[in-house]
This record gives sequence, structure tokens and C-alpha cells, in this order.
Amino acid sequence: MSADAPTSHRFPENARAALADETLQRSLASAKVGFRVRRSEAAARLPEFEILRDEARDIKNHVLAHLDLYLEAFETRVTERGGHVHWARDAAEARGAVLAICRAAGARTVTKGKSMISEEIGLNAFLEENGIEPVETDLGEYIIQLRHEAPSHIIAPAFHVPKAEVAATFRKHHTALDPARLLEQPRQLLEEARGVLRDRFLAADVGITGANFLIAETGATVIVTNEGNGDLTQTLPRVHIVVASLEKVVPTLEDASTILRVLARSATGQEFTSYTTFSTGPRRGEDLDGPHEFHVVLLDNGRSDLVGTELQDVLRCIRCGACMNHCPVFGVIGGHAYGWVYPGPIGAVLSPSLIGVEEAHHLPSASTFCGRCESVCPMRIPLPALMRHLREREFEKKIPPATQRWGLRIWAFLAKRPRLYRLATAVPLRLLGRLGRRSGRFRSLPMAGGWTSQRDLPAPQGPSFQSLWDRAGGRREKPV
Amino acid sequence: MTRESRDAVLGALRRATGRDSNAAAAAASVGDRLARHARNTIPARGQRDRRGRLDLFVEQAEAVDATVALVSGAADVPGAVADYLRGENLPTRLRMAPDPKLDAYPWDEAPLLDIEHGKGEASDTVAVTGAFAAIAETGTLMLVSGPETPTTLNFLPDAHIVVVRAADMVACYEDGWDRLRATGRMPRTVNFITGPSRSADIEQTLQLGAHGPRWLHIVLVGDGPGEVEGSDG
Ligand code: SF4
Repeated sequence: MSADAPTSHRFPENARAALADETLQRSLASAKVGFRVRRSEAAARLPEFEILRDEARDIKNHVLAHLDLYLEAFETRVTERGGHVHWARDAAEARGAVLAICRAAGARTVTKGKSMISEEIGLNAFLEENGIEPVETDLGEYIIQLRHEAPSHIIAPAFHVPKAEVAATFRKHHTALDPARLLEQPRQLLEEARGVLRDRFLAADVGITGANFLIAETGATVIVTNEGNGDLTQTLPRVHIVVASLEKVVPTLEDASTILRVLARSATGQEFTSYTTFSTGPRRGEDLDGPHEFHVVLLDNGRSDLVGTELQDVLRCIRCGACMNHCPVFGVIGGHAYGWVYPGPIGAVLSPSLIGVEEAHHLPSASTFCGRCESVCPMRIPLPALMRHLREREFEKKIPPATQRWGLRIWAFLAKRPRLYRLATAVPLRLLGRLGRRSGRFRSLPMAGGWTSQRDLPAPQGPSFQSLWDRAGGRREKPV
Repeated sequence: MTRESRDAVLGALRRATGRDSNAAAAAASVGDRLARHARNTIPARGQRDRRGRLDLFVEQAEAVDATVALVSGAADVPGAVADYLRGENLPTRLRMAPDPKLDAYPWDEAPLLDIEHGKGEASDTVAVTGAFAAIAETGTLMLVSGPETPTTLNFLPDAHIVVVRAADMVACYEDGWDRLRATGRMPRTVNFITGPSRSADIEQTLQLGAHGPRWLHIVLVGDGPGEVEGSDG
């Protein structure tokens, strides 16, 4: 599956295949519970979290009502500081702009930070066709690039790949390394990727990143990463290209700070991501490092059509992934079944607007309408209402019956298959305690969406939850 | 192409937002917002007093696997750096930012340290930098790029040691931005650094040291005895 060839029209077949994939079911069971627990704990630690969500929503609503003006202000600032802004109406124009910059720089290899816009415009395949080698540097993106797969989650692109398969992939591609080396532990895999990619960082001619925000006040572009790969990508090569969509702009550094306070907490449950980086123009005259050229490619690709419509709210999205982490449908079929770059509830709303209702007409029905996505969305996007709206539009356009509620059908399918059902709704033992820790009882198991019965289950008692986490999960390895 | 595309995109947005009918008012509202950069809600934890800020910073930084050494004054900084390197079994050869702020520390008193100045190089194991500010709210360091503060030092080495003065501790991100505006210059890069590099991309297992530093050590320097070490005050 690649970004340029959506398979969203085959959603029912994709979903059925995903349900039968036991490896995927295990990855899903583990990943989704961890995300949910961490998000709810992070939200509980910050008393102002709900107020901040309101403010984040209001900031973006204000921006969308003045999008033309903020983009002009952003462009002015970038230009004043020696950068260049390239406007692109669609994916082809954006790819063309990136290629032209790479060609002018005589680039042979480019390193890339994680960027959903790059996936959206199918940039890697295009660069390859034109003789330029793109190297993904986010660990998850690197793994799936080697495997020629698409990301299965917007913030955990390789969560579906078990470590044994990562090891096999590395053995196949890292042929210069000792075939007898051990590759059993995540740490060994990480070390190997760190070593291989370090050389790529140093050799790249151009670095391409996305942007979580564009700041109209200063002309800064902002990236948020935990690995530091985005920073090496944009600091070492001679040229830094940012690919970003229009709606990423926010007015001020204060506004970005407010949204940053809800972003990491909603995404990974961190108080703050390890690296949040604001980049403004190329290196200054006396600087010892940093890129000599700074370009921002601003992509529309259908977004301006949404401004001022019933679907405008979707443009508030900050790509945190919370909606998919809490979605009962995503939780049992994973990301690839959605057939395009953006999976889960956000994809169900965004994809039809970007790749067409014809291609994506199943997606707005890939929902149980349980409402959990809206309840966790930091930007308070009314995702179920937008899906309903899209279904109505399909009806008006006389697109083949969207009467199938795929979300419900998937759960009906599972209900008839007890073994699969158990797999799909399993909670890893190490996480059970954390889920019930506040009340000592579970009111409902969040992983089964609105689909578990209402009866309470007792939470496991015993050692402290932190030690359960540390010991049973063994999930916090420090470098040795 | 880009000119034509620019006009098309902006034209579509102007139509969608009904700009023609409200152009003057909208431009005024945007101009005002950009000029005033008003604060939104600052969480209570981002509004603590000096003592509370130091405590919160240490708590937050340690929670994300940074280590923090508290020293009472400039004279103790070189020793604290040397102690840390010895404790972690790290080499004593280090790359230091050519930052006058760092020259204020008596490095000669730690003769075992082998110090080179400059930007980060691929072969560096240890880097020592200052920080523009430290932000208590989330245990975050704020570093800015410049001739004396190259960004590569923050990402290339295995261990990043940051020497930050308690006087540069602010409560929240917004305080950091106001300090930066007060300098009158916007650097190429502002880095907010919160803990060492990490990844959970392989089976959701959190590991430190993905591409950036594996170790982040913060030497927090007080203005005199008692400020960062005592429990009172
Ligand atoms: S729709 Fe909301 S929850 Fe989903 S990715 Fe976007 S911001 Fe996050």
C-alpha cells in the first residue's frame, strides 16, 4: 500500500483481513491500552486541561476565520528572515516545488523527519522516480520505509510490526553489518538504527521536515519529536525544506504554547514532548551551524474548499492520534484497513475531502458512533457529527449505499468469533491495574468501546502500579 | 507557478471567509492579535514563585529521565561536570559551546577535563552548553541558536550537559517568550528540550537515546549558598 494508491474503496475487505491477522490483533491490543491509560493520566494531572482544550479550539476557530490574513503574515515574516514560501494548490505542485529545490541544491540524498503531509503527497516515491534518495529518520517511519509499507498510525507508524519482523527487515537491508549480531531486544534494534541513520544524517544534502505549527507572529515553523531525528534532519544539511498544510498556522508563540500543552498529553500522555523546535529562516550570518537555505512549501490540497463549510472543524486537527487510540473500530482493524494516509476517526472525516467521496465513501461509516473520539479530541472536533454529515452528502450524491454501518458490522463479526473477540479486546496484564486504579473497579473496559457489558470488574490488587508497569511490562529500559 | 498558486489559494480563502465584506475589521483584529500576543490560560503550576519553580523544575526534569545536580555557585560548576562524567563513566574530553556565559566558570579548577570549543561534531561524545532559560512548568530547557550557541551541540553528542543558572529559571513557556522578545532578536532556532531523546516505536517499549543524546544532565547553579540546595527559602 502506498500513499499514491488509496485502497479506501476496499475498506470492507481490508477490515476483514485485518480482523483475521493475529499478529496485528496482538499489536493493537497492547498499543491502544497503553495510549489510553497514559492520556487519561496526563489529563488528570493537569487541572486546567479542559479549559486549555476550549482555548485551543477557539484559537483555531479564530485562525480559520482569518486564514488568508494569517498566512500572509506568516509569509511576510519568513521572507523578511531570508526564507522562501512556495504555495501549492495540490500534491503535484507541492512535489514539484520540493523537487525543484532539491535539484537546485544538487541533492542526491535527502533525510526526512516524520511528516504526514509528505505521506499525503506521496513524496518519497516521487523523489525516487527522479533519482533522489529519501531517507526516513523517525525510527517507526524508517522501519516501514524499508518494508515498503504505509504508516498504520499517525504517531506510531510501525506499531503493527513486531520486533522479530523489525529484526528480519534490518538483517535484509543492513547487509554491511555482522550477520551473527544479536537483534532480539528493542534496544539492539534501536542502536542499530541509530548507527545506520547517523551516517545518513551527516551525508544528506537536504533535510525535509513537516510542521506541527506555523507561527504568523515570527515566521517560525515548529516540529515536535521525541527522538531528535527532526532536529538532526533540519540542522545538518545545507537546505531545510518544510512541507506543511495551510491550517497549521497559529497567530502567536503564546497560542502555540497553549496548543502544545494539550498536544503531547493527548498523543502520548507526556507532559511535554522531548524536543519542540522553532525554526525561523536560514542560519544567521555568524552562526556556526544550521541550514543555509530555508523553504516552506504550503499545501492546500482541498483544504480551502472546507473553510466556511460544515466540515471546517476538521481543520482544527493537530494530528495527535487520540481519536484513533480511543476508537473501537480502529482498535480492532488498525490503520492500514482505512486504505489511505489518515486512519481512524480523523481519516474517516478528512480522507473523503482529500481523495474524494467516491474513493473513501465507506470511511464515514467505519464508526460505531460511540462518541469517544470527540470526547478525547483536544481540539474538540465533533467527529461523529462530521461523519454523519458526510454520510448525508454521499446519500445526496447517490453514491452506492452507505447504509452499511461498517463499525457495527465489524463488532457483530467479532461477537460471533469468541477467540478473535478475546484477542481484539484483550488488555495486557501489565496495564489492568492502571486502568482500575482510581476506583478499584472498572466501569467499562475502554478497549471494547461501548461494547462491553456494563458489569464492573474488580481491578487487580497487589504491588504498586508503578512496579507493575516497570516489572511486568519491563518497559522502561535505560541505556546501559 | 507559485505566484499563480498563491493567488488561487488566497483567493479561495478570501471567498470562503467573506473577506471582501469585512476586510478592514478583520485586518485590524489580526494585526492587534499579532502585536499584543496576549497570554491564554497559564496553568497554576506555571505560575509558581522562585522557590516553587526550582522544585517543580527538578521534579519534572527527573520525571523524564534527565538528571539534575544542584550547585550553590559558579565555583562549583566545573567540579559538578567532572563528577558527573566520572559517575557515568563518560570520557573527560568534551566539546563546549563558545559561550561567554560558560567562560564565567573556573574550568581551570577541573584540570582533568579536556575542553574543546566549537559546534557539535559527529565524533563528540560529550557536549556542554548553557541555556537561554529553564522552564519550570515541564522541566524544559530553552536553548537558542547563535554564533556562541550552536544547535548541533544539543543533538549530536551522546551526553548533553546543560549548565543553567537559577536566575534564568522561569515559570512557564510564555515567560520564556517574553525574555526572548526582550533581547530584540529572533534566532534561527529555539529548542525546547525536555529530557533526553527517546522512542517507543518498537513494540511501544520506551527507550532512551534514539537519535539525540542518551543522557541529559542539568547543572543548576544558584546565586549563593542555600538557594538551590537548602530546603528552606
Ligand atoms: S481529530 Fe482530534 S483527536 Fe484526532 S488526531 Fe485530530 S486533534 Fe487528535
